Amino acid sequence: MLTKRIIPCLDIKNGRTVKGVTFGNLQDAGDPVELASRYSEEGADELCLLDITATLEGRSTFLKVVEDVATAVSIPFTVGGGISNEKQVETLLSKGADKVSVNTSALLDPGLITRLSNAFGNQCVVVAIDARYDEGKWQVVSHAGTKPTGIMATKWAIEASDRGAGEILLTSFTADGTRNGFSLDITREVTQNIPIPVIASGGAGNPQHFLDVFTQAQADAALAAGIFHYGIVRIEEVKTFLKEHGVAIR
Amino acid sequence: MNQNIYIVHYKAGNIASVMNAFARLGVHARLAARPTELKNADKLIFPGVGHARPAMEVLRASGMDEAIANFKGPVLGICLGMQLMAARSEEGNMEGLGIFPAAIRRFNGQPKIPHMGWNSLHDLCGPLFGGVPEGSHAYFVHSYYMPDRADAIARCNYDEVFTAAVAHDRFFGLQFHPEKSGQTGMTILKNFIAL
Repeated sequence: MLTKRIIPCLDIKNGRTVKGVTFGNLQDAGDPVELASRYSEEGADELCLLDITATLEGRSTFLKVVEDVATAVSIPFTVGGGISNEKQVETLLSKGADKVSVNTSALLDPGLITRLSNAFGNQCVVVAIDARYDEGKWQVVSHAGTKPTGIMATKWAIEASDRGAGEILLTSFTADGTRNGFSLDITREVTQNIPIPVIASGGAGNPQHFLDVFTQAQADAALAAGIFHYGIVRIEEVKTFLKEHGVAIR
Repeated sequence: MNQNIYIVHYKAGNIASVMNAFARLGVHARLAARPTELKNADKLIFPGVGHARPAMEVLRASGMDEAIANFKGPVLGICLGMQLMAARSEEGNMEGLGIFPAAIRRFNGQPKIPHMGWNSLHDLCGPLFGGVPEGSHAYFVHSYYMPDRADAIARCNYDEVFTAAVAHDRFFGLQFHPEKSGQTGMTILKNFIAL
């Protein structure tokens, strides 16, 4: 039976894992390769590495991190952050990444999804969607959550899927960092409307939240960062809890 | 173990992951893009991700299609590599290498396509699965599959039972990615090295 996936996410800046409680308040959360290895041993099903560096120098440091993580772990990982063309994807895959995620660049140029899917296969293309709850509606926000787009999250997820995305990484900007649980309503709406897997993200605070997003919102995978980095919840703990509650888990 | 393992190097190969996995097992795998580069090869890995048709065109253009089919040692096809070793595929409606007398089909009616993630392996048999417990999980990413066959050496269930691994003489095919399947995958690759 296909299992639900638990995916720790590492935000990388200048070669280090960082975690912001709110944007601009970044704390060091450790060496990414050490963290990746630890998570892999603790039962992470996949990893996600996000490049949040803004400088060119940081970019090359990030590539080295990708290469080192690929050497160290034998589970799949997705790489995202600032990806806007085929050449970058080719480079990242050649360093050992398995999938790439695109966010703002896909909103600006939706054809990118199709081009990447045709060039590398749809299994490789994750479209990341940041959704924010405003006046009764879930709209997509771009540029790391700073720009409202006026596009409804579910509509964009359907379009991304139609254009060749292999997976949707749906982050609730509203729940992110709160540790009050995933946004179940928008996650459910997206999972019910597209034929590709959905990774829920934003708001994880305890094992019950993972159970809720899998059983009540039919997410295929759930992603979290801070709670794992700071040891608030351990991956093994989440997986044991899910197993006890009848969720198929590796 | 002193042996020369080569990886078929073509555009659709997830080469880095496969090389890394062998490196973790202490084996330096080499790359081969042309048949002449296989002179000293003892074993061959045929990886693959992406679309079947362009991948097959690259293989035909370089002559690697025949080099794989005529290789004298053990060959391990992974994911798309395994599918290209079949007789034909619905993907791009094309002929494969014909090593496994099977037709690759597209998943149809499954809740989500691609079949992506960790799924359990059953009915394990043969040397590749030595030390791998029944029900172990492996990482799958695919939209096309080989239907269940009598010569399957592992099966998996995704709304229907399909071939997770197949063996035919010295040719082996794995639908999942051993290089991404944690300890289970490493055991399988170790078993391939030991063949």
